[in-house]
Amino acid sequence: MAEKLNLNRVSMPKQEPLVRAKNFNEVALGYAAENALYEAGRCIQCKKRPCVAGCPVGVDIPEFILALRDKNMAESVRILKSKNALPAICGRVCPQETQCEEVCTLAKKGAPVAIGRLERYVADWELSQPASAKPKPEIAPPTGKKIAVVGSGPAGLTAAADLAKRGHKVTIFEALHVAGGVLMYGIPEFRLPKQIVQAEVDYVKSLGVDVKLDAVVGKIATVDEILKDGYHAVFLGTGAGLPMFLRIPGENYNGIYSANEFLTRTNLMKAYLFPEFDTPIKVGKRVAVIGAGNVAMDSARCALRLGASEVYIVYRRSRAEMPARAEEAENAEEEGVIFKLLTNPVRFFGNDKGWVTGMECIEMELGEPDASGRRRPVEKKGSEFKMEVDTVVVALGTTPNPLVPKTTAALETTKHGTVVADEATGKTVKDRVWAGGDVVTGAATVISAMGAGKRASESIDTFLKGQ
Amino acid sequence: MYKILHREDLTPEIHLFEIAAPDVAKKAQAGQFVVIRADEKGERIPLTIADWNREKGTVTVVFMEVGKTTRRLATVKAGEYIANFAGPLGLPTHIDKYGTVVCVAGGFAIATIVPIARAMKAAGNKVISIMGFRTKSLVFWEERLRKYSDELIVTTDDGTYGHKGVVTIPVKELLESGKEKVGLVVAIGPTVMMKFSSLTTKPFGVKTIVSLNPIMVDGTGMCGVCRVSIGGVTKFTCVDGPDFDGHQVDWDELMARQRTYLDEEKQSLEQWKQSCSCDRR
Repeated sequence: MAEKLNLNRVSMPKQEPLVRAKNFNEVALGYAAENALYEAGRCIQCKKRPCVAGCPVGVDIPEFILALRDKNMAESVRILKSKNALPAICGRVCPQETQCEEVCTLAKKGAPVAIGRLERYVADWELSQPASAKPKPEIAPPTGKKIAVVGSGPAGLTAAADLAKRGHKVTIFEALHVAGGVLMYGIPEFRLPKQIVQAEVDYVKSLGVDVKLDAVVGKIATVDEILKDGYHAVFLGTGAGLPMFLRIPGENYNGIYSANEFLTRTNLMKAYLFPEFDTPIKVGKRVAVIGAGNVAMDSARCALRLGASEVYIVYRRSRAEMPARAEEAENAEEEGVIFKLLTNPVRFFGNDKGWVTGMECIEMELGEPDASGRRRPVEKKGSEFKMEVDTVVVALGTTPNPLVPKTTAALETTKHGTVVADEATGKTVKDRVWAGGDVVTGAATVISAMGAGKRASESIDTFLKGQ
Repeated sequence: MYKILHREDLTPEIHLFEIAAPDVAKKAQAGQFVVIRADEKGERIPLTIADWNREKGTVTVVFMEVGKTTRRLATVKAGEYIANFAGPLGLPTHIDKYGTVVCVAGGFAIATIVPIARAMKAAGNKVISIMGFRTKSLVFWEERLRKYSDELIVTTDDGTYGHKGVVTIPVKELLESGKEKVGLVVAIGPTVMMKFSSLTTKPFGVKTIVSLNPIMVDGTGMCGVCRVSIGGVTKFTCVDGPDFDGHQVDWDELMARQRTYLDEEKQSLEQWKQSCSCDRR
C-alpha cells in the first residue's frame, strides 16, 4: 500500500445513452473483477467507520470491502448478508450518495469509496455461483413462533428474512401474483433487473419463509383474523401503493396514467414485450411526466424506451428542489428527457374520442420557504401556455393503500393515511402488530424500508422471546 | 395455481368455472369480483363472482369469450389450472330491506345478478327480476334466477324467447304502472345497457345501482386505471365500487376509457386466432 491513494473512484461502465434509451437492458453494467479489486483497495479501513453509521441497516462495510480486497468472496458475502438480506438490490437502487458514501472519510478529500458498486459486485458474484458454492446462512433453531408479514416489498422481505434467521416461522402475504412489491412493479428492468429481484426473493424463501401470492390481506382475512389464526405477531409492510392525482379538469382523459399504472403495466406486466405478453400500453409521441422524483425519472425513461420521441419532465419547482437522485436525473437527461421546470399543469385538453391532446400550464417562480423547507412555487400571473402532449404520466407521489388500515381494529393512522409506529421498533399501538417502510413513512427509499423491516424484526424477536 | 374443479359451457361462448380457492370462498359476497391471470404471460382481468361454496372452498365465475384472454381461458378444461386468482375484491353489494327490489341483468351478467337476487330475497325483499339476451340460444340460468325471484321477466332482442325487445322496456312498464313501490333497481350488464337502465329509472326517482366494469390491472387500488367519475368526483372502481349510483355515473367517460386499448385488443386477438385456431374445443 505504498502507492499514493487515488482520490478518484473507478467509474462504472454503462450502456451508451442513446443506445440504452431504446432498450430495457440494465443501464449500469457493473464492475469487472479488476475494477472491483482496485476500488476495494481505495478503502483506507479507517477506525471511525462512519459509513456503517450511514447505512440504515448497519452493514459492516469496511469488513466486506476488506474481504473483497483479499479475494475472499464467500466471506465478503457472509459479512454483507449478515446485515442485509437483499444486497444485489441495494447495490443498485440505494441512494449511497446521501448515506454510506456521503460520510466516507475519503469524501472529504476526493471521491468516496464506491460502496454501492462494490456491494453490487459482491452480491452479483454470489448470484452467479452454483447453489453448492454459496455461503450457507446461519438459521437459529425453530422457536415455534409464527409470524405473518403483509407485503413482500423491501420492508417485508427484510423483516421476513431476519425473523426466519432467528428461528421463527414466517409467512408472507402478497396481494400481487409475484413477490417483490415495488421492486417488481415500480422500479424498471433497466435499473433493477427482475431476475435479480427474484433471485433475492428465492434467497428469502431458502431461509424457510413461505410466500403466499394472490393473498390480499383485508379481503381474504383481516389482521385481527390472522392474529386469531395462530400467528403470534404481524408485520405490516404494505407500502405506499395509492397514486395521487392532480385533481385538475380533464384528468380522466385516455392517455393519462398514474405513474403506478404506467410502471406496473411496463414492469410487472411486461407491456414492453406486448404482444408476447398480453398486457398492452399505449405511449404516444409527446409525453409529459408530471413530477420530478425517482418515480418520475423512471416513468420518463420507460416512455423513451416505449417509443416516445419527446419526453418532458414537468415540475413546478426548480432543479435544486427535485426529489430524484442526482444520478437518476442525469441518466434521464443523457437519454434525452427534457426538463420543463417551474411549470405546473392547470388543465388537460382532449379530443372527441376522449383522448388527451394537450395541457395548459402556468409558469411558476420560487417564493418563501414552505413547511418542507423548500421555496414555495408561486404562479406567475398571465404566464399560461399550452403544451401539446398525447400521453401524460402523473408522478406526484403515493400514499398508503387504506385496505389494511381500514380493516384493522385499533390501528392508529395519520391524516396522510400512514400507520403510526414507533420509529425505533416499528411497534404500532395495536397489540402484536408492527409496521415499517412506506406504510409508516409515506413514499421513501428501498433501503429506509429495509431498515424499518430490520428494526421491527429485532423488536418482534425480543417480544416473542419474552413471552 | 388454481384448479378448475368443474366446467360448464352455458352457451357456446359463455363458460362457468368452479375453481378451488378456499381463501376467497371463505369471504366472497354478492357483488364482489376476482382478478385472474390465465398463465404466466397473461394479463390480469376482473371477473365477477357468480357463486361460492365455503365448505368445499370453491368460487364460481362465469365469463364470455370476447378478447384474447377470455378465449385463452375458454381452452382450460376441468382438472386443469389457471395461474392466478385473487379476491374477493371490491365492496360487496349493499344488501338491505328495500321493500321491492328489481334485479335487471343483461347477457352473461345474469351470473352476477343471481347471488345479489338471492341475498336481496334473503333480506326479506320482494324480488322482481328482468333478464335480457340477444336471442334464445344465449339464455341460461333462467331457473336459477327464478328461484330467488317473486316474478321473472325474460326478454330477447329478436323476440325468439320471452318478450321481444331490450330490458329497459319492462323496467319502464313496471315503474309506469305504479303497481309496485320499487325501493331499488340493480342493473348489471354491458355498459350501454346499464347506462340506459339508469336513464330509464331516473325520471321515476328510483335509486339504481350498477356494477361497473372498466379496465383494471391490479384490482386493489394501486394503479387507478379503473377511475370513473361519480357525481363529478373521481372514484376507483376496484376499491370504491364496483357498485355505484347509476344516476351519478359519467357514462360517456367510462365508455371512452373502456376503448383505450381497442387496437391492441384486436392485435392480441388476431395473433391468438392465428396461433391457436387448432385446438379451441
